[in-house]
Amino acid sequence: MKFGIVVFPGSNCDHDCHHVITKVLGHEAKFLWHKEQDLHGVDGVILPGGFSYGDYLRSGAMAACSPIMDSIKAFAHDGGMVFGICNGFQILLEAKLLPGVLMRNQSLKFICKDVCLRVENTETPFTNTMQTGDVLTLPIAHMDGNYTLDRRSATKLLEEGRVLFRYCDSSGQVDDESNPNGSVESIAGVMNEQGNVAGMMPHPERCSESMLGNRDGLKIFESIVKAWTK
Amino acid sequence: MKITTDIIKDHGLTDDEYRHACKLLGREPNLTELGIISVMWSEHCSYKSSRIYLRELPTRGPSVLQGPGENAGVVDIGDGLAVCFKMESHNHPSFIEPYQGAATGVGGIMRDIFTMGARPIANLNSIRFGAPNHPKTKRLLSGVVSGIGGYGNTMGVPTVGGEVVFDECYNDNILVNAFTIGLMKADRIFKGQASGIGNAVIYIGSKTGRDGIHGATMASGEFDESSEEQRPTVQVGDPFMEKLLLEACMELMQSDAVVGIQDMGAAGLTCSSFEMADRAEMGMELHLERVPQRAEHMTAYEMMLSESQERMLLVVKQGRENEVLQICDKWDIEAAIIGKVTGDRRMKVYHDGKLVVDMPVAPISGEAPIYERPYAEPTWKKSLNDFDFASIPLPNDYNSTLQTLLTSPNLASKAWVWQQYDHMVQTNTVVPPGSDAAVIRIKGTSKGLALTSDCNSRYCYLDPRMGAALAVAEAARNLSCVGALPLAITDCLNFGNPEKPDIMWQFREAILGMSEACRRFETPIISGNVSLYNETGGKAIYPTPTVGMVGLLDEVERHATAFWKSKGDTILLLGKNNDELGGSEYLKQIHGKVCGLPPELDYDRELAVQKACRIGIRRGIVRSAHDVSDGGLAVALVECSIGREEGVLGAVVTLEDDLRPDALFFGESASRILISVAPQHAETFMMIAKEVGAPVAMIGEVGGGRLKINGLIDVDVVELREAWKTALPRMMET
Repeated sequence: MKFGIVVFPGSNCDHDCHHVITKVLGHEAKFLWHKEQDLHGVDGVILPGGFSYGDYLRSGAMAACSPIMDSIKAFAHDGGMVFGICNGFQILLEAKLLPGVLMRNQSLKFICKDVCLRVENTETPFTNTMQTGDVLTLPIAHMDGNYTLDRRSATKLLEEGRVLFRYCDSSGQVDDESNPNGSVESIAGVMNEQGNVAGMMPHPERCSESMLGNRDGLKIFESIVKAWTK
Repeated sequence: MKITTDIIKDHGLTDDEYRHACKLLGREPNLTELGIISVMWSEHCSYKSSRIYLRELPTRGPSVLQGPGENAGVVDIGDGLAVCFKMESHNHPSFIEPYQGAATGVGGIMRDIFTMGARPIANLNSIRFGAPNHPKTKRLLSGVVSGIGGYGNTMGVPTVGGEVVFDECYNDNILVNAFTIGLMKADRIFKGQASGIGNAVIYIGSKTGRDGIHGATMASGEFDESSEEQRPTVQVGDPFMEKLLLEACMELMQSDAVVGIQDMGAAGLTCSSFEMADRAEMGMELHLERVPQRAEHMTAYEMMLSESQERMLLVVKQGRENEVLQICDKWDIEAAIIGKVTGDRRMKVYHDGKLVVDMPVAPISGEAPIYERPYAEPTWKKSLNDFDFASIPLPNDYNSTLQTLLTSPNLASKAWVWQQYDHMVQTNTVVPPGSDAAVIRIKGTSKGLALTSDCNSRYCYLDPRMGAALAVAEAARNLSCVGALPLAITDCLNFGNPEKPDIMWQFREAILGMSEACRRFETPIISGNVSLYNETGGKAIYPTPTVGMVGLLDEVERHATAFWKSKGDTILLLGKNNDELGGSEYLKQIHGKVCGLPPELDYDRELAVQKACRIGIRRGIVRSAHDVSDGGLAVALVECSIGREEGVLGAVVTLEDDLRPDALFFGESASRILISVAPQHAETFMMIAKEVGAPVAMIGEVGGGRLKINGLIDVDVVELREAWKTALPRMMET
């Protein structure tokens, strides 16, 4: 599979994603420059983490207006797989490819630590290698990760199986204490209605090798490849 | 404008210095020239008080590719790769405006690294604050930590470790020492040299504004109550701009168009242009109207002295200018050809066609006055050192003493701090903050780097020579605890007013102690920074020579962390327990005393202990290794039990030394490491220790939910962990 990884000014997890895809997963990856519109025939697009445009204005707001985003919207519209991590998730929300917004963390502080995630729906291109109720350990590293949506829409997302992951404790229990940033319904990652665009705050690329703690993150990349192979 | 004695004084120059400047110029300087002289000859830029002693420091070694004198030092690590690192202070700005002061400190040190051609791969931060209950402490800590995170996180450079220390001596003069290490090809070192007559001088990065004018001069004077009025001299950082600047520089350095490059840090355009021209024995012609400007109607004086952040000065081969401009355009950063290299060894600066500066480069850059300031041992030292420890009562309840120590801000968990730093970006962090040293892997090789920063300033206050040597020893020990061989050092020397003989004595002693230690550990000092005048209202901080040390692991997979791994493992202690309480955290926290002498350092024993630890880790039999330092053996044992994220593991320990129990549990004798191994490897490890001449003893076994020592200490480690983890957040919330 050939992944495209978008480089915005201020992206800083672009090389980390490239490393996992090419060196760990063994697939192809190409950097896509934000000023261009050509997606170079990639099979899936990753919007990496970082601080595009320094998070100035609102995180993700300016990157969502980049020339490359026009092509990515068209690609998504045609069913192409698009996956946003952290700042990439923020950009997908600002681009209206996914519902909701990300507000400042409830603690008003940047938080970098491992959290537990409960897998909510395994019938998606992003989670198809997992079992329902699996608890993954992934790191978060963000200032604006407080997923916000009116409660009714959030419940609807859950009902429709469009919530991929929720913050939980190590036993899989979802509660306020294990919610690191104040997200509604402890939502950590969501998917669009068509099921081809997803975003999440935690960083799967940071835990895809055992030397870095665990390989839970790799399951997400493997799921994307599996979905594409079908 | 006539230069009056008041103007000269406002520029921090003495009458003698001014007369010397006039002699060099052959006339009186104009205001712009006076400004240039004042920053070039400020303590911050010229090292005029410290230079004669810095020569004592060992700076050479077989793997040193670049020692002090450039923007940062470089060490060869094999495989055609090298690392570039340095530590620098940003104390005064951080006290005045903690967020921006700390942020720009981090931004500045990262520029020093990538200007050498190295991509920054990790940061450390050694930060020191006043007493926890001092009214300013919480605001300063909170601001400094957010500032460090705000800059480093945005840059995508992980902050993987450092120190956080509280002591009254920093009440009105906090310390923020920022360290960055970068990775580069060993044969692609870029230097700040303006060589080649006719080559273009190109300015890139942020526009120049009126911010930070005279920052270097501010950093070269004592503080008083009006210091907070100096807030306008603190620069404002733009980490997004620096990220673009970093990527643009990395791309520029792929070609051979760039001849020289230097960060515009302290003293901005002045310092970078003079130093680059001086190193190449050249001159420069600059045209200030071409400098990208943020404010209108800026004068030559303002432009030459502005410390606006995120700017670089490049010298580019004649005819290759467009390549540079194109890359800057790609990354949307400003770039302007502002002048050229000349052969007359003079700095000629024009503004709107008018010659406003005409000075000889070398004397202004290299012939700053050097002072051999008087020094004398402080009269108060002896009475502090001569202390009769028999007068200290033994604790009634060792459990509560241990709990008090562990929940004191100096020993409590620092997760509140480092969870605000992105410590994982770049996906190389193998050992995150919380162990003795951080370990990062080097992708594409089997190698890893270990990083630590250390200094116990209380030791340095009681005996600066021994204190500085102990800082080097502890740094080397911390690296050995993760399995790394110490490579080299950067230092950040924070002291009071050098015009006072007792401060100068502290400085001189610390340099001598550090020099000897560096020779013994074979860790040359490849870069560093001196920060003097750390005084407020005439009261100096404790001498604080912070050591940043880097070590190498040939096989990064073979490393250790500080925490117990399995029930039933055997606990061994490398080193010797001595009857030493001087300068300890225990004396300070429990008895409110700072007195006695710091622990002794036996180099042979220290080297043997470290070597045994490294061998054990390399052979794969050491399951955990932890340095015994602040708080002593009992605190170290608890840390091994509670530092694990996977939950606690207790231990049962018996110590057979015949010492007073508080010295045994809480004394801080140097050269000790706690090791745990699987029981079947205990004998093997004892053999290793004996072979290298390190004292070693089996002292206990891992397991259970309690830590028990000698029948005097018996604590529930789950409860202790909770108290230890929540102490700092509780302090910050109340």
